[in-house]
Amino acid sequence: MQSIIKIESLSKKYKNADQYSLNNVSLEINAGEIFGLLGPNGAGKTTLISMLCGLIKPTSGHFTIDDLNYTNDALKIKKIIGVVPQEYALYPTLTARENLHYFGSMYGLKSNDLKEKVIEALNLLGLLKFADKRIDTFSGGMKRRINLIAGILHNPKVLFLDEPTVGVDVQSKNAIIDYLKALNQNGTTIIYTSHHLAEAEDFCTNIAILDRGKIFAQGTPSNLIDSTKEARNLEEVFISLTGKDFRDEL
Amino acid sequence: MSYKIWMSVVKEFLLLKRDLGGLIILFIMPLVLVITVTLIQDSTFKTISDNKIEILLVDYDKGSVSKTVFDNLEKSNLFTVVTQLDHKPITEEMAKEAVYKGKFQLAIIIPQNLSIDLQTKIDQNVENIVSKMGLTETDTAAQPKATKVIKEKEVKLYFDPAVQMSFKNAVMSSIDKMISQIETKSIYTTFQSQLGEGDVAFEQKSFITFKEIIPTINNKEIRPNSVQHNVPAWTLFAIFFIVIPLSINIVKEKSQGTFVRLLTNPVSNVVVIIGKTITYSIICMIQFYMMVAVAIFLFPHIGLPSLNIEGHLFLMSVVALFSGFAAIGFGILLGTVASTQEQSAPFGATSVIILAAVGGVWVPVFAMPKIMQIVAKSSPMNWGLEAFYDVLLRNVSFLEIIPKISLLFLFFIITTSIALFYDKKKRTV
Repeated sequence: MQSIIKIESLSKKYKNADQYSLNNVSLEINAGEIFGLLGPNGAGKTTLISMLCGLIKPTSGHFTIDDLNYTNDALKIKKIIGVVPQEYALYPTLTARENLHYFGSMYGLKSNDLKEKVIEALNLLGLLKFADKRIDTFSGGMKRRINLIAGILHNPKVLFLDEPTVGVDVQSKNAIIDYLKALNQNGTTIIYTSHHLAEAEDFCTNIAILDRGKIFAQGTPSNLIDSTKEARNLEEVFISLTGKDFRDEL
Repeated sequence: MSYKIWMSVVKEFLLLKRDLGGLIILFIMPLVLVITVTLIQDSTFKTISDNKIEILLVDYDKGSVSKTVFDNLEKSNLFTVVTQLDHKPITEEMAKEAVYKGKFQLAIIIPQNLSIDLQTKIDQNVENIVSKMGLTETDTAAQPKATKVIKEKEVKLYFDPAVQMSFKNAVMSSIDKMISQIETKSIYTTFQSQLGEGDVAFEQKSFITFKEIIPTINNKEIRPNSVQHNVPAWTLFAIFFIVIPLSINIVKEKSQGTFVRLLTNPVSNVVVIIGKTITYSIICMIQFYMMVAVAIFLFPHIGLPSLNIEGHLFLMSVVALFSGFAAIGFGILLGTVASTQEQSAPFGATSVIILAAVGGVWVPVFAMPKIMQIVAKSSPMNWGLEAFYDVLLRNVSFLEIIPKISLLFLFFIITTSIALFYDKKKRTV
């Protein structure tokens, strides 16, 4: 399978920080994968995703997305990626439809095509009847689903999801996961971070476990479980690799 | 790109439409402000011209001078003279107490024997002059009279400590002028009587008078009134208040995460800024036309003169638009630098008030200390205000306002460039 993301010796050290948030990470993600980036708090998952989304610059190393890099092809990369941030990155006083029309238009979608895509996505995620309601009246699960739609309206080649199911009800979570699986089957590569290890085990085709800015293990969920002594599931693999200590940091 | 800009404008309008507080700041508050301030300023103006102020006159003289002072004060249309309190003649002590307690703004105390002593002093002086000129009939035989020593007289003025210096100066100058006229008249009259009735008829009318030449357009005088001065000044002030909702809008986008989402979209930051600039420029123009409409149509119904913008609307619109650009640039910069609404809102409000004060919205620049006059020249609010006055009161052409509107546009370019640069730097963590 062809690599869509190639990361070589990528490092990031924030200004005034003592340690590297990401330290010499190399990784290849194949096209069509659902790739899980797992790790405890402060492992470097969000730093890695932020760099891949073009929000922050690496201290050293480089990466390509579909053979493009941000130095020369920032706009081209932004056209083929979709980003679903952890927070509800939506305008609370606008309706679901207004939010989606706005963000869709920023991806270059226009009028009728945009309108159709919005209706289709809202329908698939069970939100069509709330299309003209303001976001600030929505529940957490509904906001999550709109947050997801806002990142995928343009059918991205690569989709980055930062904790897409955090704080939602079971129904919303299932709807989101099913929708993502359908997207993946249509060719979208998904890079996903989560603390829900059971969900990741079921959802991801490939996983990297990060801790303290480094990749500790990488492989399919079943390979990781098999290769870890006495581990019956991904959570036990995770604990075995990262330990039981709290990772609280200020 | 144009569709993205269009959608950005639509989004900004929708956000504003759903923000009642923001709409009040943008549209209602400026109208309240311009009406209130113009009414107050107009009444201050009338205090000097139309409204009569009650003043106390303590007359210890009971002579021709005090009578002339009384008559002139009454005739001046500035004052109503009060000579009794509770049906009792006022003493200096009573007057002093009443004024210092703020019941009256001014008391004039005319000293005892002022008329007699003034006349005696003038008689002495005139006699002296006439005798030195050898014009008296008995100049050689007459013995010089023994000259009575007359002490200088003092008319006392008591002012309410709360009255403003400008009012005090205006009143003092007006009373000084009145006393001078009385003295001059007495001197002329004494000369006339010394020289013999009918010999010389002195013309006692002032030889030099003042005439204000008022600029005209199509033979029609453009006479500035409080509205002509206040509406441009406070309209500009209101336009700059757009800094607050705009900076809050940007801070909210950062805290809601929508700004980060936009950074991951294939859209330049410049498109986002153009969208905001178009939206808020339209808001500025709506504000401007609303205030102009109020000044033209509502003011006459609330006792204010109507704003006369005959032939100036286009150029005034140009000035309003460029002032709006300057305000938008400042708002974008503030919203980019501030991390929270608690930072942007108070800072925005305070800085607009400072810019207004420095720019000459409250106190004319020429009346400021030298150092502040220099500072004023660097305030965008001053450029806008001067451009408004140039158009409305000085009747200049478009070419003559180009330097000022260029400065306003330059301010917009510089502030937005700093905002873009700052944002880029901040993200290079």
